[in-house]
Amino acid sequence: MIAAPRFHLSKADRRNLRTAAPFILPWVIGFFAFTLYPIGYSLYLSFNSYSGFGDATPVGLANYQHLVSDPLFWKSLYNTLYYTGLAVPIGLVIAIVLALMMNQRVREVAIYRAAVYLPSILPLFALTFIFIVLLNPRFGIVNYLLTLVGVPTINWLGDPRWTKISIVLLAQLGAGGPALIFLAALRAVPSELYESASIDGAGPLRRFRHITIPLITPVILYDLIYGTILGVQIFTPAYILVGGTSGSAAYTAGPDNSLLFYVFYLYKNAFQYSDMGVASAMAWVLFVISVLLALAIMRWSRYWVHYEVS
Amino acid sequence: MQRRFARRRWGRFFNRTLPDSLGPRLVLIAMCALFLLPFWSMATAALKTTQELSTFPPTFFPRSFAWENFSRAVNYIPFGTFFLNSVYLTFWIALGAAISNPLIAYGFSRVKWPGRDILFGFVLATIFIPFPVLIVALFDIFAKLHWIDTFLPMIVPAFFGNPFFIFLMRQFFLGLPNEISEAARIDGANEFQIFLYVIMPLARPAVAVVVIFAAVAAWGEFLAPLLYLQDETKYPLSIGLQFYRQEHDVSYNLLMAASTLIVLPVVALFIAFQRFFIEGVTVGSVKG
Repeated sequence: MIAAPRFHLSKADRRNLRTAAPFILPWVIGFFAFTLYPIGYSLYLSFNSYSGFGDATPVGLANYQHLVSDPLFWKSLYNTLYYTGLAVPIGLVIAIVLALMMNQRVREVAIYRAAVYLPSILPLFALTFIFIVLLNPRFGIVNYLLTLVGVPTINWLGDPRWTKISIVLLAQLGAGGPALIFLAALRAVPSELYESASIDGAGPLRRFRHITIPLITPVILYDLIYGTILGVQIFTPAYILVGGTSGSAAYTAGPDNSLLFYVFYLYKNAFQYSDMGVASAMAWVLFVISVLLALAIMRWSRYWVHYEVS
Repeated sequence: MQRRFARRRWGRFFNRTLPDSLGPRLVLIAMCALFLLPFWSMATAALKTTQELSTFPPTFFPRSFAWENFSRAVNYIPFGTFFLNSVYLTFWIALGAAISNPLIAYGFSRVKWPGRDILFGFVLATIFIPFPVLIVALFDIFAKLHWIDTFLPMIVPAFFGNPFFIFLMRQFFLGLPNEISEAARIDGANEFQIFLYVIMPLARPAVAVVVIFAAVAAWGEFLAPLLYLQDETKYPLSIGLQFYRQEHDVSYNLLMAASTLIVLPVVALFIAFQRFFIEGVTVGSVKG
C-alpha cells in the first residue's frame, strides 16, 4: 500500500495560515459564490430544459444536439471567430507601432500617450453611439473622408459585409492601453544591448528583429491571450448597433444576422426565447472554446516567446 | 564645385531641422487625430442643429452653436434619474473595490503561508474566465435571491475582489520592505492593525489607482445592468441612452449631447489623475 503524501505543516505555517485566512476569505467566498458555483450550476442547467420559472427537467444531451443542428449557432460562432481573428492581430500591430513611435526621442510623448489612451477608458456604449454617427452613410464623416480619396460610399452598418469590420474598427479605439504596456516593455530593454549590437554592425532593422521583438514577446503573448478572451465575449457594440432585441431587431441581429455574435445569441436564447438550458449549453461551449484557444496560443508561443534567462 | 557645396548646405539644413524623430512624430500625430476623431465628432454633432447634422458633406465645425441641444437632451429622457443611478452604482462599486482588494492582496503578499502562491495562480487564472459564461446561472441565482431589479447583483460582487485589482495591490505590497511590518509586530500590533495603521496609509496611491479603474469600469458597465434591471427608473445611463432611439426616429444631436455629458466626467477624471491611470495600466508589464 502506498502511503498518501501527508501535508506536514509546522506550527509557524499553521499560525501564518490562520493569520492570512481572514484577509483572503472575501476572495474565497466570492470565487465560490460568483464564479465556481455558477459554472457548475450552468453545467447542470445545460442538461436540463428550463425556462427560468418552475422546475428544470432533465433532457440529457438534447440542448447540445439542438445547438449542433442550429445554423444560427454556427453563424454566431463564425461571426465571433471572424471578428476576433481580425480585431486581435490588428490591435496588436497598432499597439506595437504606437509604442515603437512613442519610444523614439519625441519630447512631447506625454501628449500622444494621453490622446491615444483616452478612448480606451471611455464607456464602450457611448463610443458605439458615436460610431453610429461617424459611420452614417448619409452624413457620417468617415464616408466623407473616404470620398475625398476616391473610395465609393460604404454602407458600414447596413451592408452585412461591412458590419463586423465596423466593430473591428471600433475595437481599435482600445489599442491605447496595450500600447502603453508595450511602451513600458520597450523602455525596460537595456540600451547596452542596442549599443553592443550597433558596434557589431547590426542595422536598425536587424536590431528590431533580433533585440526588440524577442524582448517584448512575453507581452505579445499576454496581449494575444487576453485579447482573444475579450474578443470572444464581444456583445455590447453589436447589441447597441442592432437596437437590442425588440422591434425588427427581434428577428435578425443586424443585416443577414451579420452581428449575431456568440454572446449575443446566448443572450437571446436566455432572455428573449427563455431557453436557459440551451443558453447554458452555449455558455459551457464558450468556456471550453476559451480555454482551448488560450491553451493553443500558449502551446504555439513556445516557438516564439523568449524568456530572459537570469 | 558649387553644386557639391550647395548639396552639403542642404544636407546640413535637413539634418538640423528634420531630426530622426520627424517620421515617428508624423505617424503619432496622424494616429492621435484618428483616436480623437470620434471625440471631436461627438462634441460637434452635439452642438449642431438637426438640419446641419443631416447635410452632406458634414461640417467639421458647427456653423451655429445649438446649446439648447443639451437642455433638450436632458429633458428628452429622464436623464437626471439615469445619471443618479449611474453615480450610485459607481460609488458603491468603487467603495467595494477600495475595501476588498487591498485586504485580499495583503493576505497574498504580506503573510507567508503554505500554498499561497499556488492559490494566487488561481486568482490570476480567473481573469481568463469570460463573464458571459456565468450570466445565465448568475441571473437564476440572483432571481432566487430576489435581487433582480435591485442594484445588488452589480454592487455585492465588487466587495469580494477582482483579480486585476488584487494583482495590482499585491505588486504594490510586495514592493514595501518587511522591516516596517516587523517593527509594528515587535510593538505588539496584530496583523489587522499592521494592515490598517501601517500598510494602508502607505498604499493610498495604489488604492487610488484601484478606485479610479473600478469607477471608470462601473460607469461604462453595460451587460450586467441590462441583465438585472427591468424597471426603467432604475436604469443607469448605459441602458437609458437607448431611449433616444425610437424606431425610425433618432435624434442624433441629442444622443451626442447626452454622450458628451456621459463622457465628460471620465475625461475630467483622466486629466486630473493621468499619472494614476498610466501607472495602473503598466503595472502588468512589471510581470513581463
